[in-house]
Amino acid sequence: MSDIDIRLDQWLKTNTYHHSDFWDIQELVKAKEAAGLTISLCIPTLNEEATIGKEVIVFKSELMDRYPLIDELAVIDSGSTDRTLEIAASFGADTYLSSDILREHGDKPGKGENLWKAIYQLKGDIICYVDADIKNIHPRFASALVAPLIYRPKVEYVKAFYDRPLALSDELRPSGGGRVTEIMVRPLFSMFFPELTALMQPLSGEYAVRRSVLETLHFPIGYGVETSHVIDLYQDRGLDAFAQVDLDKRVHRNQSTVDLGKMSFGILQTFLNRIQANGMVSDLPDLHGQFRQFLAEGHRYELTRKEIVEEERPPMISLPEYLKKHGR
Amino acid sequence: MSGKRALIYREKLKSLREVLFANMVMAAELPAPTGKEDRLTDFLCHRFTEGGLDNISLDESGNAAGVMSGQSMQRNILVAAHTDKVWNETDDHTVSVDAGSMSGRGIADNSLGVAVLATLPLALELLGVSLKSNLILLGTTSSFGRGNLHGIRFFLDNTERAIDAALCVEGMQLGRLSFECLGMARGKITIEIPDGADPGMTGVIDVLSRVGAELVKIGEEAGDLSQLLVGSIEAVSGYNVPPVQGCLRFEIRSSDEARVSDLEKHIIDLVTRFDSPSALSAQVEMLAHRHPGGLDSSHRLVVEARSVLEVLGIGVRETPSISELAPLLGHQIPALTLGVTRGEHRHLQNESIELDPVFDGLAQIVAMIEFMDSNELSFDE
Repeated sequence: MSDIDIRLDQWLKTNTYHHSDFWDIQELVKAKEAAGLTISLCIPTLNEEATIGKEVIVFKSELMDRYPLIDELAVIDSGSTDRTLEIAASFGADTYLSSDILREHGDKPGKGENLWKAIYQLKGDIICYVDADIKNIHPRFASALVAPLIYRPKVEYVKAFYDRPLALSDELRPSGGGRVTEIMVRPLFSMFFPELTALMQPLSGEYAVRRSVLETLHFPIGYGVETSHVIDLYQDRGLDAFAQVDLDKRVHRNQSTVDLGKMSFGILQTFLNRIQANGMVSDLPDLHGQFRQFLAEGHRYELTRKEIVEEERPPMISLPEYLKKHGR
Repeated sequence: MSGKRALIYREKLKSLREVLFANMVMAAELPAPTGKEDRLTDFLCHRFTEGGLDNISLDESGNAAGVMSGQSMQRNILVAAHTDKVWNETDDHTVSVDAGSMSGRGIADNSLGVAVLATLPLALELLGVSLKSNLILLGTTSSFGRGNLHGIRFFLDNTERAIDAALCVEGMQLGRLSFECLGMARGKITIEIPDGADPGMTGVIDVLSRVGAELVKIGEEAGDLSQLLVGSIEAVSGYNVPPVQGCLRFEIRSSDEARVSDLEKHIIDLVTRFDSPSALSAQVEMLAHRHPGGLDSSHRLVVEARSVLEVLGIGVRETPSISELAPLLGHQIPALTLGVTRGEHRHLQNESIELDPVFDGLAQIVAMIEFMDSNELSFDE
């Protein structure tokens, strides 16, 4: 075994959990209160009326009313045209339009924008992000993610991962390593950041992070936000800042290969920018921002183009408004 | 008296909205086919533990039980909901929640009933209801089909506590009031073409169709007070292979037990006529029976239930039952079945329920528990 293998093996033993390790939520609440921590749960949304109601009900009832683990439950929306916000509010979530937060900084499209603005808007010492498209929602999607942050002060960033599917249907699938992770991100990490391969699902949309870390991170507003977080935090604080929790099965709408192509394009931009900025490669040419795909109909092929430019928001701690609001 | 309090309860119970709805979602998303309800009964036991109940247990039949000990502890009131669902383990049990409704497999039958059981300890605490009697909450197993109400039967045959009154909770429909049971016999007719016999172009399908047509005739001749229902016909093979085995499931219902027996004999005779050792095997297997009986419509429990429903502005639908209520009444226990909310598409994948009326349903249940607690009831009044 190489040194890296030994290191990864050790890290997996100490920093990888199963959600059942944290089944006792009452104990978790006690530990949270003893540590003097507050926790905000943020669900970023865009047209999620089919699933948002259930997520809000389950989290609010189980992790606020029954066990006071979460202090704040917020939905931050990118401008849904369906009833996402109405339904979320009707079941007791605080709802915000992303465009209404930090108006003077404008409004950019993308999930990363919502996550970034959540740092300003929400109050918790820990922010737990959970995607809104989970069909089999359960309290563990939040409680098990914040647990390592509560019990282990040196852990800063906790990622979710899920079981790997034995078979896939067209419509619904339990999430495994993820196609983009296995085909693109893991090979890239293996080449440039081998230690980060220990993260089973670096792109998962469920993670919990200390505010003290989140406020220092750059935020690509689109597909690259999770990749940039992982790389930036790793380079700053090393692998021991991370933990990961197996949440078993996650059921959600399957994304088309065409959509995953766009996602990969955005992530690759972020990745290349990172390794160039860090001096790991030099003299990269100017990267094109147009992603080209082909739609085939019989023997006719139609070219489609999409401009994908991974803009980045600066670390929140660099904003005077943030410093003032949060007394930093 | 209880009815008027039910109005106040309905408003107060709305503060448990998220708790009740979350219990509904979690109960609905746990698969619980008949005989494999363990995940759902475990969930119920956890809720009973969190609710501070005593004697929480899973019995040999898998029933989940917990007791809220009463002040005098001399009498026992049972509230039961069946935990099994008609769906397979591998079916998608995902629930969708809208502002006013919830939908998904089994949400009404009987995830909502289970959620009510899980929420009752908190509801009684919130309302400041303190009972003299012990309140036994029971999530029963093996209710449907071949299960033949095994869970509730096992409990009643083996419990050391004498049950003084009981309430069965079904998710829908709100306004349902069941206090008597129909006689019932449920059976399965199996048709098989033996090896070597010619299945023809349609295999057993032709025979099943003829048996079905004969059953329809028998049902038509049975009269208004009896029903003969054909619930399913199965004969699966493929596009181009005539099936050599198939079955038909039926149910006889009547308020007259002798009539149920007559119809059952009639069907056995019919099937015997189709049986021919060399060309066709036809067998009938009787899977379940219920005896008719129940409370008188002027029984105090029934009168009070009508009154509570009326005060809450709920239209009463008095319908006989063939479910958990049957063995309770068979044990001479004063008992009712009540529905919790309005719903539709029962036993379809888009089964759905309305959320707002759930608080009417929960309020009526609390009001009836209070009535049972404060009145000594006998079966024959």
